[in-house]
Amino acid sequence: MTDRPSTTPEIAWRNEPLLFERSRPGRVGVMLPPSGVEERPLDELIPAELRRGDLEELPELSEVDVIRHFTRISRKNYAIDLGLYPLGSCTMKHNPRINEEVVRYPGLSQIHPYQPEETVQGCLELMWHLERVLVELTGMQRVSLHPSAGAQGELAGVLMIRKALEARGENRRYLLIPDSAHGTNPASAYMAGFQVKELVSNDRGTIDLEEVVREMSDEVAGAMITVPNTLGVFEDQIVEIADMLHEKGAFLYCDGANFNAYVGKARPGQMGVDVLHMNLHKTFTTPHGGGGPGAGPVAASHRLADHLPGSLVERAEDGTFRLRTPSDSIGRLRSFSSQFGILTRALCYILSMGGRGLAQVAENAVLNANYLRKALEGTYHLAHETPSLHEVVFSDRTLADTGVTTLDVAKRLMDYGFHPPTIYFPLIVHGALMIEPTETEGKEELDAFVAAMKAIAREARESPELVREAPHETPVRRCDEARAARQPVLRWWPAEEEAAE
Amino acid sequence: MGSDSHRYLPTGSLDLEEMLEAIGVASVDDLFSTLPAAVRLTEPPAVEGPLSDQELRRFFRGLASRNLTPGEDVAAFLGGGAYRHETPASLDHLLYRAEFFSVYTPYQPEVSQGTLQAIFEFQTLISMLTGLPVANASMYDGASGFAEAVLMTDRVKRKRHKAVVSRGIHPEYRATLESYVQNLDLEVVEVGWDEQGRTDAAALERAVDDDTLCVAVQSPNHFGVIEPWEVAARAASSCDALSIAVVTEALSLAMLRTPGDAGCDIAVGEGQSFGLPVGFGGPYVGFLATRDEFKRAIPGRLVGETVDAEGRRAWVLTLATREQHIRREKATSNICTNQSLCALAATIYLALHGRVGLARLAEINVQRAATVRRRLFEAGDGLEAAFRGPIFNEFAVRSARPVDEVLAEMREAGVLAGVPLGPDYPELEDCWITAVTECNPPEEIDRLAAAAARMARTGTVETGAGR
Amino acid sequence: MYPEEYLYSREHEWVKVDGEIAVVGITEFAQTELGEVVFVELPDVGQLFDANDEVGTIESVKAVAEFYTPVAGEIVEINEIIVESPEMLNDDPHQDGWLIRVRYSSESDLAELMDAAAYEKFIEGEE
Repeated sequence: MTDRPSTTPEIAWRNEPLLFERSRPGRVGVMLPPSGVEERPLDELIPAELRRGDLEELPELSEVDVIRHFTRISRKNYAIDLGLYPLGSCTMKHNPRINEEVVRYPGLSQIHPYQPEETVQGCLELMWHLERVLVELTGMQRVSLHPSAGAQGELAGVLMIRKALEARGENRRYLLIPDSAHGTNPASAYMAGFQVKELVSNDRGTIDLEEVVREMSDEVAGAMITVPNTLGVFEDQIVEIADMLHEKGAFLYCDGANFNAYVGKARPGQMGVDVLHMNLHKTFTTPHGGGGPGAGPVAASHRLADHLPGSLVERAEDGTFRLRTPSDSIGRLRSFSSQFGILTRALCYILSMGGRGLAQVAENAVLNANYLRKALEGTYHLAHETPSLHEVVFSDRTLADTGVTTLDVAKRLMDYGFHPPTIYFPLIVHGALMIEPTETEGKEELDAFVAAMKAIAREARESPELVREAPHETPVRRCDEARAARQPVLRWWPAEEEAAE
Repeated sequence: MGSDSHRYLPTGSLDLEEMLEAIGVASVDDLFSTLPAAVRLTEPPAVEGPLSDQELRRFFRGLASRNLTPGEDVAAFLGGGAYRHETPASLDHLLYRAEFFSVYTPYQPEVSQGTLQAIFEFQTLISMLTGLPVANASMYDGASGFAEAVLMTDRVKRKRHKAVVSRGIHPEYRATLESYVQNLDLEVVEVGWDEQGRTDAAALERAVDDDTLCVAVQSPNHFGVIEPWEVAARAASSCDALSIAVVTEALSLAMLRTPGDAGCDIAVGEGQSFGLPVGFGGPYVGFLATRDEFKRAIPGRLVGETVDAEGRRAWVLTLATREQHIRREKATSNICTNQSLCALAATIYLALHGRVGLARLAEINVQRAATVRRRLFEAGDGLEAAFRGPIFNEFAVRSARPVDEVLAEMREAGVLAGVPLGPDYPELEDCWITAVTECNPPEEIDRLAAAAARMARTGTVETGAGR
Repeated sequence: MYPEEYLYSREHEWVKVDGEIAVVGITEFAQTELGEVVFVELPDVGQLFDANDEVGTIESVKAVAEFYTPVAGEIVEINEIIVESPEMLNDDPHQDGWLIRVRYSSESDLAELMDAAAYEKFIEGEE
């Protein structure tokens, strides 16, 4: 083991019970105001047959109990504040605290979405600013801030393609999607009523123009391509692919999940992209929160801007702001305007970096990935020789004769105080280890990670059991996922009901 | 290049030098050689900044000051799917813990037990509140959750094509459904309401047939009227379809009969009331619960209980083969990131209120809303109840004078009295909905009643009562 | 490893002919590739299928595999026990882990399948 300080606490409150098991009759964790009105018997207000019984199942806890409970279980989590979190394609970067402060200003957090437009000019102006900077960064014509997360932005994008084809009186059936794509791409395509044709990556990990030409037909509505792709490789024929698609009346969708690799260095709009979604919780530092909330603004070229979802903020000549729905919009995908609190954080971050700072984000993200690649390429097998941008993917080839798998390496990394990289993705790399350090890691953190990875490679040969049985130092050891899936227990039940079953 | 110092970028000038040397390139730009020259920017983008924390505070305070803030600048009685409720101080302190807010989806359970345990508790609480045994880890919001619920019934009832939905369901939820199904072989049929303001039960019965996937009703509905869930359950079971109970004011679950108890198959809704600020529309948290037999058709993430290698209780993401990262185009949904931190907020909120607090809070809402409804209609000749059905904390008001005019005058008196119904329901253009919660103290209620009284008496209200 | 009396498909199903009935399951190779099986979805008795139709799915913790019938015909029985105890598919894929019994409609479907030796050669290429 290295001398890196432990990131799992010595006392991990391993047996902190569930809220319901902690419950003690007669406790409460809030002080409520009096109703302040003359109260009437409930039966006069709501007939008994429309009401429920007592909330007897709900826990009874004091504020102290609740704070201790959640503080204790929080300590079982690894977090970006503890160290490197190199999940490939997830862009786990530092979450600036000023974002969290400004979003809590009552003048932003307490605004009701149905207030009259004249009373929410500050909110609308904020959205207007954010759209302008995203237009500047992407080179696209307009950006809708409406979608709730990346996958919903994707769904919006493919629905927009569908709508544009309808407007031309066409009904094309297929979308072309590379075999290296995120699973959300084919899932979104399907939800929009498309069928998927898979594009096969070449041995450099990219998509050739010839491959697109081969699959192209009058039935193809467009292609969904991730730039750089999930191998961290830039699709160097993207411009030619876009031209070819446009020539055939089809559209180019760009998955912007990996925008962190080239923000400030290049613009999708100049690559011929027609529609692009961005994950504000990736490139623009809004916290991942254990799996959301995110936000997935969707940007359009002039070809698709009329079909954007939700409403866009327009500034009138008198300087006032208002929400307007695009002329042939695909409609709304959620209630109210947007994940406004996420938009606020993203704008705060963008302004805290500035244009030059954002370019430096991409530069340092790419620098860090390449530094890791260089340091590890003798020890682990590099999936592709093509130059990496923001992430690097290794295969499990060097582990082949050790009996140690990619999963074991991932679990062992936890003992060294790191969150593991993304594993077994992209699907086209056998036993993939997909590493994305992001720009918010310093050299000593990267060096410590390299040392751990090398130590694990050594252990895989010298003491494979140690790796296969990892993790050893975490709040729980390896979990039985098969058991969870075979007999799903998806909620807590009181003991007597368990016995009755 | 890259040597400018910035507080979020730990790579200093010495680090840069050493790293470039280790990689074997002369400059960072060499690492971008795969970007075609034609698309590379020669100048940094024109974005303002970098700003200091002080400058950022000034900028965002400036924006905030151009809004009218409920509770500070104005008394707001606005609902319509987003409800102002008081948040205990301890909640935000817990959300600020980096171990919760700066972590990824818990794919690696050994270092994510905190998130997983909290989601398991969330699933349990939603199950308790809805009366249905299986709840997922969250949806984006109530509206997209509703659309996903309808798509879920499409997976259970293959070969049927019709979704029957009440017009009492939030208009934006129905619009979201239309967007989600616009290219699928699925027809949405809407059913109106009766004079009580409830879904027209007879029309609902007539609308269903053996091509019907699901029947969806909201309670309290968009007019604030409490609906008996049985209407949906009965209509659905008459044609072997599934019933969907839609909830936009989650606090009502603490008081009203549960969807599960009434025989509904799916409960879906908006959990914003549980500890999330109205925040101009988001982020909120959708919830979705169902019967055990449909658990493999459920969209989104699920946490399940298991044991670790030493036999200790542990939690993991489970039934993952439903999801997009494995099943790709055959997934139950494309949802990936959900609203985990918002679900945590709801869990903390529910834990703090607990059995007694939540029930009492619901009753405070009911008592205040009933009082406001009574005082409003006593106060003004021109105002009356649009519907007589029982309400929770929101109700529809019918006005003799044009709604826009009346609401504008009330605003001048420092009161945002409600949300007009006309834009979504042309036949209710003389109505608005007023919501009352514990965030509307007695003095705000007095202000609303006084403004209504003056308006009735003079045809106009005096200005200056608010700001 | 692979019973001599069985026939094998390129999708890694095995077929045991028992008079007019064909018993179908997945091979040892297939169960190893899938890993721990957690859920099996089988067709209804009485359903009719063409050869190579998808008839069900097999789920492990991290993967889903469709399962096809190599022979056309009517489903006459399904293995209810495997639905309750999917781990049996890992423990004994060639016997107790059978999936469906089909009254097959054409001998010619059988002619398309491999014998044990050919199948073993086939999976060497897959590894």
